[in-house]
Amino acid sequence: MIEFRSVSKQFPDGTVAVDDFSHVLPTGKATVLVGSSGSGKTTLLRMINRMVEPTGGQVLIDGTDVAKLDRVRLRRSIGYVLQAAGLLPHRRVIDNVATVPVLNGVRKAEARERAYELLDKVGLDRALGERYPSQLSGGQQQRVGVARALAADPEILLMDEPFGAVDPIVRADLQLELNRLQRELGKTIVFVTHDIDEAFTVADQVVIFRKGGVVAQAGTPAEILAHPADDFVASFVGADAGRRSLQLQHRPGDDRPLVVDRDGRPIGVLESTVEAAPGAGASAQGGTAT
Amino acid sequence: MTLVLDALAWLFSPERLTGSNAIPTRLLEHLFYTGISVLVAALIAIPVGYLIGHTGRGRELAVSISGAARALPSFGLLLVVVLLVGTTRAPLAAVVAFVLLAIPSVLAGAYSGIEAIDRRIIDAARAQGMTEWQILLRVEVPLGLPLLLGGLRNAALQVVSTVTLAAYIGLGGLGIYIFRAIPLRRYDEMLGSAILIVVLALVVDAVFALLQRLSVPRGITAGRATRTRGSTPGPRAPMGSPIAYK
Repeated sequence: MIEFRSVSKQFPDGTVAVDDFSHVLPTGKATVLVGSSGSGKTTLLRMINRMVEPTGGQVLIDGTDVAKLDRVRLRRSIGYVLQAAGLLPHRRVIDNVATVPVLNGVRKAEARERAYELLDKVGLDRALGERYPSQLSGGQQQRVGVARALAADPEILLMDEPFGAVDPIVRADLQLELNRLQRELGKTIVFVTHDIDEAFTVADQVVIFRKGGVVAQAGTPAEILAHPADDFVASFVGADAGRRSLQLQHRPGDDRPLVVDRDGRPIGVLESTVEAAPGAGASAQGGTAT
Repeated sequence: MTLVLDALAWLFSPERLTGSNAIPTRLLEHLFYTGISVLVAALIAIPVGYLIGHTGRGRELAVSISGAARALPSFGLLLVVVLLVGTTRAPLAAVVAFVLLAIPSVLAGAYSGIEAIDRRIIDAARAQGMTEWQILLRVEVPLGLPLLLGGLRNAALQVVSTVTLAAYIGLGGLGIYIFRAIPLRRYDEMLGSAILIVVLALVVDAVFALLQRLSVPRGITAGRATRTRGSTPGPRAPMGSPIAYK
């Protein structure tokens, strides 16, 4: 469990990135911090592994204030995936994945063995392990980034716009892959993005920020879509423009109604209805049918 | 044309290999002064450059010092240092002067090598839990090596040509032939030794160019069609944008 207790961050130039933020991020769940740039979401994420120190308040992991922990040991115990992967360009992929175990003193051969297993886990061919990051595609590099973050088997995974630099098709692929991994591993994920659709795809819990690190609304994707707290949230998730309101169109001679958007463009076919599982992100994906 | 032939005749005369002014002896002296000066400059400037590059502090100071020092007239500097240190300790004075000339290039190479690395790579290394020393030794030093060698290359080139002046204060080296020949108007000797110095400088430059090329980490060249190549005043960055001297 990660707990923010009235955390603030004011940079030396006077900019307030985060103002009195309090929130609990449950263990084993994916929490997505979403907001436009300058909303302080990355700053909050980086406070968890002390890449940024708050100017006020506390960040606690399982009840322990991170400020009391050794920075380096804390960082090694937390997986971190960042945009454009941030892989070491002069090391082979396999050594990049093995970085943290090697830093922790695991023998190189052993660390590599485990790193190959991680390549399997994130869906990369083992042969890619011998290559350098520059020889991989953007999507492959991101997978390596995820594998590296998982290498020391951390409880917490921080993901800072991890799929921001890859094209939409690869991104969708990576999002689904992440969901699959998460079902298997059950890590506490903190995920930062400015893409609300990505947030709804990945999240168990979403926190939407305004500028200056003020929370606009927090809740499950279903709650936020169904009941946006205010106009800002409604506009942010696209509810105000009608992007989220879908309709059923019954066609003569076909029992399966068509799902259409506000302008009548077909989105899909209604196969059956499902009971909403409380807090389930996936069930709210694509918006609520009205 | 005859002058060039005379110069070559002087250079390849068997007499050049014997006596107190044998070319091999003077060549070794020349290389000794060059080597020791670049080495001392490296021992001073690399740690300072790495400190500046790693912390990002003192960069402006380093830039202005290296900029100003590059404009130092080598001959004037040599004479001033000899006068300050004392003519009885001329070898020391000469080395001090050469070191001062070499430091700016090495300093610039050391800190710009680190500075040219994509900040996200260093940020990621830190976020994975590397200590500051590990970031320096495992990330910044290997990635900054080509630019550091570029700085050493510039320094060596400057020193190897300036060591010619050491003969003026009685320290030998290849300059001795020039200073000896001027009053006697022995143009074949002047030109012959000048050619020798030029060739030496080109060889030194070529050796460093080769080292620089070999030092580019494999992951940087892999997957790229174009190779980076050093050029004065600072070689191109192996990654990221080149440093602008502001």
